[in-house]
Amino acid sequence: MTGTKTAAFKAALPHTLPICAGFLFLGMSYGFLMKSSGFATVWTFFMSTLIFAGSMEFLTISLLLSSFNPLYCFLLTLMVNARHLFYGIAMLDKYRGTGWKKFYLIFGMCDESFTINCTAQVPEGVDRTWFMFFVTLLNQIYWVSGAVLGSLAGNVLTFNTEGLDFVMTALFAVMFINQWRESKDHRPALLGLGASLICLFIFGQDIFIVPSMAVIVIIFYVMMKLEERRKA
Amino acid sequence: MSTAQQIITVAAVVAATVLTRALPFIIFPEGRKPPKFISWLAGVLPFAVIGMLVVYCLRSAVFSDLHALPELMAIAFTAGLHLWRKNTLLSIAGGTVFYMFLVQQVF
Repeated sequence: MTGTKTAAFKAALPHTLPICAGFLFLGMSYGFLMKSSGFATVWTFFMSTLIFAGSMEFLTISLLLSSFNPLYCFLLTLMVNARHLFYGIAMLDKYRGTGWKKFYLIFGMCDESFTINCTAQVPEGVDRTWFMFFVTLLNQIYWVSGAVLGSLAGNVLTFNTEGLDFVMTALFAVMFINQWRESKDHRPALLGLGASLICLFIFGQDIFIVPSMAVIVIIFYVMMKLEERRKA
Repeated sequence: MSTAQQIITVAAVVAATVLTRALPFIIFPEGRKPPKFISWLAGVLPFAVIGMLVVYCLRSAVFSDLHALPELMAIAFTAGLHLWRKNTLLSIAGGTVFYMFLVQQVF
């Protein structure tokens, strides 16, 4: 690797370490579940590499075991992964001008890679594009490795892993605090938290993300209009 | 399902996932100025989305018997640790170990 890439890799690696723990563990449970559902390791490899969206991969197992209905699968995935639309809008600027890497950055934009690439302060002198590229790549390597390992060896972790998946929740909570400290206007953060919490209770855990997104967009639109009026 | 049907099913899931990730970049390509609201949204969404993700992580715990009590305790612990030491890795690791202790030994 050239100096630019090495520096970016070294800067990216520590940011991905919590994901490493979480993804190896979750990936392993996914691979193990795939195996016990009768799918060969090659299926686990391709599904974890190509879908690369954790909750949807677990759901796809049950889709594959029910009757053939690709349109339903397509629409269900759109709904489950609708939150990615927000990631894309948030990253329009940051992924601008990243050349060929942009295709991979978008393809690999899972919750965790998005969160890191969106919030991390890239150190001075480190190439931002390569930094984001390595964050995305490392996270995907952890996930696929975990899944393949789980499929080949079953659950190889011998200690009690109950609760290890909390590492993702802790990551998002810490990023929430970091963002809170860096911004003066806390309304967007409170809106995201509040709107999705209220929608969770109204719509239930299976579909609440889509209504939450609608509420958030509408309120942001009203906020922008009010701000414009104040300035005018 | 036949193998071909299984491959089509996985392809449908892949296509929809890629679509949700790529759509904003397709609608608002580089070099073209996005509408004002989208630029405005791009500035505020990062803050709203992370909050939404925290709730997303808690979505099933909220409706469990314990009503997300261990999760909320562990989030409070993580937040306290983070405000105290300001070390991201330490906060995530400490919070996770605390949560594992809670669900394995306490609840």
